[in-house]
Amino acid sequence: MYVHWPFCASKCPYCDFNSHVRREPPDEARFLAAFAAEIAHQGALAPGRTVGSVFFGGGTPSLMQPRTVGAILDAIGKAWSVAPDVEVTLEANPTSVDATRFAGYRAAGVERVSLGVQALNDPDLRALGRLHTAREALDAVAVAQAHFPRSSFDLIYARPAQTPAAWAAELRGAIDRAAEHLSLYQLTIEPDTWFEKLHRAGKLVVPTADEARALWDVTQEVCDAAGLTAYEISNHARPGAQSRHNLVYWRYGEYAGVGPGAHARLVTNEGRIALATERHPETWLALVERDGNATVSREVLSAESQGDEFLLMGLRLVEGVDPRTYEALSGRSLDPRRISALVGDGLIEPRPGGRLAVTQAGFPVLDAVVADLAA
Amino acid sequence: MTRETLDTIRNFSIVAHIDHGKSTLADRLIQLTGTVAERDMQEQMLDSMDIERERGITIKAQTVRLEYQAKDGKTYILNLMDTPGHVDFAYEVSRSLKACEGSLLVVDASQGVEAQTLANVYQALDADHEIVPVLNKVDLPAAEPERVKEQIEDVIGLDASDAVQISAKTGLNVDQVLEAIVQRLPPPKGDREAPLKAMLVDSWYDPYLGVIVLVRIMDGVLRKGMTIKMMGTDAEYEVDRVGVFRPKMQPLEALGPGEVGFITAAIKEVADTRVGDTITESKRPTSEMLPGFKPAQPVVFCGLFPVDAADFEDLRAAMGRLRLNDASFSYEMESSAALGFGFRCGFLGLLHLEIIQERLEREFNLDLISTAPSVVYKLNLRDGETIELHNPADMPDVMKIESIEEPWIRATILTPDEHLGAVLKLCQDRRGVQIDLNYVGKRAMVVYDLPLNEVVFDFYDRLKSISRGYASFDYQITDYREGDLVRMSILVNAEPVDALSMLVHRSRAEARGRVMCEKLKDLIPQHLFQIPIQAAIGGKIIARETIRALRKDVTAKCYGGDVSRKRKLLDKQKEGKKKMRQFGRVEIPQEAFIAALKMDS
Repeated sequence: MYVHWPFCASKCPYCDFNSHVRREPPDEARFLAAFAAEIAHQGALAPGRTVGSVFFGGGTPSLMQPRTVGAILDAIGKAWSVAPDVEVTLEANPTSVDATRFAGYRAAGVERVSLGVQALNDPDLRALGRLHTAREALDAVAVAQAHFPRSSFDLIYARPAQTPAAWAAELRGAIDRAAEHLSLYQLTIEPDTWFEKLHRAGKLVVPTADEARALWDVTQEVCDAAGLTAYEISNHARPGAQSRHNLVYWRYGEYAGVGPGAHARLVTNEGRIALATERHPETWLALVERDGNATVSREVLSAESQGDEFLLMGLRLVEGVDPRTYEALSGRSLDPRRISALVGDGLIEPRPGGRLAVTQAGFPVLDAVVADLAA
Repeated sequence: MTRETLDTIRNFSIVAHIDHGKSTLADRLIQLTGTVAERDMQEQMLDSMDIERERGITIKAQTVRLEYQAKDGKTYILNLMDTPGHVDFAYEVSRSLKACEGSLLVVDASQGVEAQTLANVYQALDADHEIVPVLNKVDLPAAEPERVKEQIEDVIGLDASDAVQISAKTGLNVDQVLEAIVQRLPPPKGDREAPLKAMLVDSWYDPYLGVIVLVRIMDGVLRKGMTIKMMGTDAEYEVDRVGVFRPKMQPLEALGPGEVGFITAAIKEVADTRVGDTITESKRPTSEMLPGFKPAQPVVFCGLFPVDAADFEDLRAAMGRLRLNDASFSYEMESSAALGFGFRCGFLGLLHLEIIQERLEREFNLDLISTAPSVVYKLNLRDGETIELHNPADMPDVMKIESIEEPWIRATILTPDEHLGAVLKLCQDRRGVQIDLNYVGKRAMVVYDLPLNEVVFDFYDRLKSISRGYASFDYQITDYREGDLVRMSILVNAEPVDALSMLVHRSRAEARGRVMCEKLKDLIPQHLFQIPIQAAIGGKIIARETIRALRKDVTAKCYGGDVSRKRKLLDKQKEGKKKMRQFGRVEIPQEAFIAALKMDS
């Protein structure tokens, strides 16, 4: 179950997610009612399931009142049964203000937080438009670890002018503070962001492909040495500490999604359907209040689309994919000549049990590998 | 046989360089003689195709009959024959000129004589024309009529003292041109009683009337209803219509000796009519054909392929339609691993190629890729046979080849002095042999023998660029000469790419190969593996570049469960891949071929 909270205190210049800044705080009671309505709506579409994980993403869900989080969890419990070991994650900003609410989130049922630390030096944090300092972030990490049994934080690397040595040192410092899980994303220039404008104007110079590759390589070395190995292209965890919620996406499982701009994949008697909701928060709210849901796109996925989505998601995982699942979904098999060519190039490898996985050498060029296999 | 002098007829053409004002002068002559009502006048009356109007070139011969009351009180019939001005159509030009007795030599009074003017005026002199020099644009501040007169005398050897100084644009002195035509050009001669002998000057296809044939009557009379015979093809037709152009078609009962006009005769295709052929009456044929008749001979070949393979049938249909109107271009189906199905086409020259390509794209709305133009090589095989090679991809095993001959041209280039050094270097670089170098006023005139194969590669573009557009260039094909020619193939990841193979001179192969490899290196996207790009002669690699393997291609973050966005990106990638041509494991975008073939060096 994915829940999207679309508001942020400020918009980061690299971010192209569905996040919005409002001068006045939103009316959480109205939003809560709307979330509950969408949850009930999707519950009716996919009845009888057991919820294994809930993920509050954003936006900045740590701007929500803890009681709103708790009420949303209650609504989920009304629509479906909930697994006893359900994983409930909430994304939070590592500021002292957000940290004051951590105890409340824990009490509401959140067991894992994911903190958007992004960098551990102040000049880079300012350049990334973050509102917190490195000190503040590390304090928030400590508070989080004190309150929640599980936690993770995100870092963005391949920043302008970042050297592999500087990044390795910063990353080692992060690993020392990270208990069990780290998400390490390379900075990408996304369309319609402030960074894109700067980049186009030549005022923001990002690492070249070779430099970005060197940074990726050093990331793997440092994490492997620290026992925080990658289980997904950008996610590292100690054994057993993987994000179960994200694994559902990557294993192409079934997931509901509510809130503005949320996505769902539900298996119904029509087949696997892809749902997307209205992105604009207030429009979303009005639609839900009028219709009981704000689904603006509903697509019964073709076999080919399902096969493609399966590969796009599954090949991000170190465990790889089972080609037989691909065959079942897409109704065709992967081209053995392409497989053997990619194996020959050292980019993918067969795994015991007939699985197929991208190698360490293949991950940095994953998009091209997927495009080649899916063609 | 008595050949009477047909005193009140004058047949003339206009010789001019592009932009020197030929079409404008023709418009003025039409206007001044009241041939077209003022309200029906439009610019470049005689150029009927869009391309002709836009580029100011004439592709098809056209004619207009003017009636002019001269100062001597008599009314004269003046037939203006507008000839194609470009060397590609040299044969057509020579036939058009044979249909006239004189020419106006129009020279821009500020620009002076250009290379193309020279080539055409020599052709007119070859056709025994009387020539009246006309200096146009004398109203412009930059006009230097005296200097240009001198130039005409020095370079062409024509007496220019009586040159008519006009401005076709303003109409200044255009009446004097009409008087000069009447007084200084000779009338035609012909025998009205003799068997019909007419020259087929040109022909084109009209969707309503079928093929329209432009004729010049030498002897006899051509009447409506008459059964005629084309002596070159032995085909017989009954004449449906006879008439003249004013410039619209005006039917008549008959055309007599010295006259120029048209006929229609249920002829289906332009290919059934041969420019320069002799038309006679079936039941009373003339005893001899007009001299100089020869069938059209393509000189330059290239492959034309649809960018979208689905357009192949449309391209075939378009080729058929164009061929209805232009028998001088030839095509046959060709298939290329790189470009799919298309046609190997033969053209009279580079301009002709460009025109056909442009017409296909414009009139038939097709997107085309053209392969590098190639000339016709003669291969002397060891078994004694000689074959013509139109496509480097068809080259037989080198072991079977005794020698290869290639066509040579004689090129005349006029250039301002300050660019002479660069022009000479260009000609030397292209294996040129200098024949002559002298000065025409402030401009240098160089004559070079050059292999046509070196000219079809961007020679003209290079010439224009090194002379800042001031050099002018003309050429004629002279002969075939043996050359040390080799086939250079391009290998991408060890797979030969047929569309990129070419015949080059051994001394030029390495340079050309290096440039091609460098270009492809930039044009082929990075793959997951390293790609060598090689130029090779036989088994010997003469140039090599390497496209490094992709180092990073991953969009790291995935937002919520929004895989739809990634799927859409993947769909786009898949769509893009479909447009690529597969060579082994390498996918080459079609644009890469277009760009590689375009930018020749």
